Amino acid sequence: MNRTTVIPFGPQHPVLPEPLHIKFVVEDETVVQAVPQLGFVHRGLESLVRTKDFKQMVFVVERICGICSCIHANCYCNAIEDMLGVTAPPRAQFLRVIWSELHRVHSHLLWLGLFADAFGFESVFHQFWRIREHVMDICEATAGNRVILSVNVVGGVRRDLTPDQIRWMLEQLNELEKGVLDMSKTMLQDYTVQERTRGIGVLSKNDARLLGAAGPTLRGSGWACDERMRGYAAYKELNFVPVVEQDGDCYARSKVRFYETLHSLELIREALHRLPESELAVKLPGNPDGESVFRVEQPRGELFYYVRANGGKMLERMRVRTPTFANIPPLLHMLPGCKLPDIPVIVLSIDPCISCTER
Amino acid sequence: MYMLKNVLRNLSASPATRSYPVEDREPFPAYRGRIHNAVEACIFCSSCAKICPSGAIVVDARGGRWDYDPFLCVYCSACVEKCPTRCLKQECTHRTASVDKFVVSKRGTPPRAKKAREEGSKGQKAPAGQE
Ligand code: SF4
Ligand code: SF4
Repeated sequence: MNRTTVIPFGPQHPVLPEPLHIKFVVEDETVVQAVPQLGFVHRGLESLVRTKDFKQMVFVVERICGICSCIHANCYCNAIEDMLGVTAPPRAQFLRVIWSELHRVHSHLLWLGLFADAFGFESVFHQFWRIREHVMDICEATAGNRVILSVNVVGGVRRDLTPDQIRWMLEQLNELEKGVLDMSKTMLQDYTVQERTRGIGVLSKNDARLLGAAGPTLRGSGWACDERMRGYAAYKELNFVPVVEQDGDCYARSKVRFYETLHSLELIREALHRLPESELAVKLPGNPDGESVFRVEQPRGELFYYVRANGGKMLERMRVRTPTFANIPPLLHMLPGCKLPDIPVIVLSIDPCISCTER
Repeated sequence: MYMLKNVLRNLSASPATRSYPVEDREPFPAYRGRIHNAVEACIFCSSCAKICPSGAIVVDARGGRWDYDPFLCVYCSACVEKCPTRCLKQECTHRTASVDKFVVSKRGTPPRAKKAREEGSKGQKAPAGQE
């Protein structure tokens, strides 16, 4: 007798308010197969390149993903700058790193909260989101918006930091760090947390490479692979070291994100202390022509932009590859064999961002 | 267990949030809030309408009319940076919620007569020129 049941997960589900649908074939409590379905929220943002000029597109690409908007814009601007043969001035490069890292911190804090929510630790969830308000305030006070920062333009940045702001930011960062460190014992040593995350959703080192995992999912499986190591923007001048964990389970991935949050805070501080003096943006020598690709590190992994232009104001083609897309095959590999209550924990452990995947 | 201390501390502390409508936080001075056009100084050059990524601004250069849809606007302040006369400003307070949609429509006198003579007769939206 066939004892399997099919349980649908999403596109509307309490733990993942994003439109990802997975059909789980379960036998008793054990998942035997996971069949994904994507494509619920296609917005056609890539095709907008043909109707908006390349400078306006910065505001469109920022809206691909709410949570790492600044990093999308950073990647897009870098791709166009490469094509135009210009480089953003040093101060702009540092500011881009500062805002990108602020985004990484708020994305990771959001994720740590959601992850705690997935294994039912509500007080941790609220605590992380409470700490996160410091970053949101910094973003709002410096860039003018909480989430969609709109600070990048092709050729540089639009906003500067005054010495007063830098001082205030450093104070806020200290507060923030205190808050994060306060949570370190809970996230790293707590019995309940370990019971729910350790040994679950294991992705071996070899599988992570074969299935093309990206970001913390890849680094949680023992690969020191981070786009920031390439040293785009000002990363080459900062003390950046990738965070790597070996176990490849949900616990390892949460550790990677936890330590990355702390490391990002360090990077922001270092960048603030070493902010060079220069203008904020360079003049552009005309319209872009040709092809260009650029990769940056998003909170979720490697983000890839391909742009093609023909010398006009509008681009011809743009293609974005987001890290969640890369992380779906590894996710499907982790799920079979797990127990039903572990599904939310495993799905969240790749930090899925579906709206970004489907644009 | 490690969370217990934290939970107890939070339990006895005051809430992290404000009682919002009663208690409002001062906005940050750099906040990107509502767009305001001091229309007396506007020359109806359409620069703002051209740069706007969401098409929230429509300028009628002939009739001296500047229409702005706050519900289309994404508050990026690209128009403010582009405005040659600096008549377009972004305030640090945001618009309050509204039940109805509306368009902010401002009327002024375009420097049309003078401009038209200088530039010769161009098309309707000519004053902005080609970028
Ligand atoms: S850019 Fe400024 S001057 Fe020109 S139409 Fe807009 S508001 Fe008026
Ligand atoms: S702030 Fe941005 S979206 Fe709003 S009207 Fe100005 S350019 Fe358009």
